[in-house]
Formats: sequence, structure tokens, C-alpha cells
Amino acid sequence: MHDDHPHSHDHHPDREGPLSDYQLMEIAVRELLVEKRILTADEIRRTVEAMDARSPALGARVVARAWVDPAFRARLLANGTAACEELGIAMGAVKLVVVESTPEVHNLVVCTLCSCYPRALLGLPPDWYKSRAYRARAVREPRAVLSEFGTELTDDVTVRVHDSTADMRYLVLPLRPPGTEGWSEERLAGLVTRDSMIGVSIPRPT
Amino acid sequence: MNPRFKPGDAVTVRRAYPPGHLRTPHYIRGKAGVVERICGSFANPEELAYGRNGLPALPLYRVRFAQRQVWSDYAGAPGDTIDIEIYEHWLEPP
Repeated sequence: MHDDHPHSHDHHPDREGPLSDYQLMEIAVRELLVEKRILTADEIRRTVEAMDARSPALGARVVARAWVDPAFRARLLANGTAACEELGIAMGAVKLVVVESTPEVHNLVVCTLCSCYPRALLGLPPDWYKSRAYRARAVREPRAVLSEFGTELTDDVTVRVHDSTADMRYLVLPLRPPGTEGWSEERLAGLVTRDSMIGVSIPRPT
Repeated sequence: MNPRFKPGDAVTVRRAYPPGHLRTPHYIRGKAGVVERICGSFANPEELAYGRNGLPALPLYRVRFAQRQVWSDYAGAPGDTIDIEIYEHWLEPP
């Protein structure tokens, strides 16, 4: 990796290979929708752009607010969707369940059937979240998976896995790290990573 | 909505293997758990997947299972759990 190239060159856009069946199907459906004037090309582009604009910064803002505002935290745990909309985050039809980690309970989210993910708050899921290995192992040996992500838990902490099989989407409200008393909401949000909101990691002051 | 079960109720997941689009993972069929919450009513995805309207909507539950009941060789702590969303027609009294 070169110093002025902070990304690795894993992808080879000049060698894309043949299109998969699903890629062909997507192109065919998209072109039909445009041809039949059900959607315009610009509407589709705008939706993709809006989806790509979502990032874990939104989720981090929600978590930081919950850490500093106990009343908001209570509303967030009671109705995740409504509480996020309070902060001006458009949730659409998403039903959000927020699961709170405590010193006694650690939460971990997976979708064993596909790759359901709280995209409205975290953006697109990482590749490993969609991998068969993560999906199969997160339910069967969550502590081994956590350990591979650098998260070691003792047996006195209960591990609670959440398999998003249907209509809910899950966000982990991680435990606020000790030593962050008096921090501003913005500074706290800086500690909240994507992985800590999936539950494979724990926020730590660096 | 008139849910058949309430939070705290013991339930068993039907041990059935019908063909088609299903949202009940194989690994949980036949297992016993406890209703954690009622999520609301949702159109049946087993029908929606084939272009039908999925109505009447079905109550959807989150059911909590003890990991040691789910996997006979589970290596974690005895209190570890897994919560899964399950539609009512997949649940039976124990």
C-alpha cells in the first residue's frame, strides 16, 4: 500500500468479468421501469445516492444522545424508530429495535437468512456481515467470533445474539466507556463505531 | 390483532420443513423458547415472496432461546441467549 493511497487495490475495475444472473436481472428490471415510465433514471440515481449518503455517523449521533440524555434513552429503547425521527433521521418503514448492552449483557446482531441491517442508521453493511461465515458462526459460537474481532468477554457477561429474520432491524446501544464523564455529545459520538453498533466491538477511548 | 401468545409465554417452534420462502431459520425449528415481545402485525412474507398480498397480517414475536438448548455443544456461558423474530403460525404452546 502506498502512502498517498489509503485504500488497498483489491478491486480491479478493468477486469469486471461476466455479469452475474442477478446483475443482469437488476439491469433488465431497471430498464423496464424506466421504459414504462414507472420511474425515471434520475429518480433511481437519486435513491442510490441517498442510500450511499447514510453512514454510521447517524447511528453514533443516536447512541451519544442516549448516553447523555436518560429520557431520550428510555424513549429509544421503547420505540427506536420514533426516537431516531425525533433527531431528524428519516427512518421510512423501518421498525428499529435498540438493544442495550450493560456491564452484565453484551448484544450482537446478525441476519442468518440474508443481510438485514439498519441501513438508515449505519449505511451499507460491511462485506463480512454478509458473509456465510459470519452469518453461520455468530449464532453458533458468538464468543469465538467476538474474540476474532478483538472483543474478549468473561463468562459472567451474558451474550445475547439477535437474529434479524423478519421485519425488525437492530441497533446495539453500547455501554458508555468509563472515563468519559463530562464529555460533550459530539466527542462521545466520535467513540461510537459501526462495529460497536453491530456488537462485534466495544467503544473505547483511544 | 389478537395475538395468541404474550410476553413471558413458553412456546415451541414448529418442526416443519415446507418448501418456499420462509423466515424461520432451520436451526430453530423444534426448539423451545419464551416470548420476549410482540413486534406487531406484518404481512406474511411466505405469501409476499410470490406476489400475493400476505393478508391477513400475522402477529410477529421476538422469542428468546437459551443457546445451550439450541446447540447441544454450545461452548459459551449457560445464560447466553439468542432472540429470533418468528411469525405466529410457526409457534405452538409447549
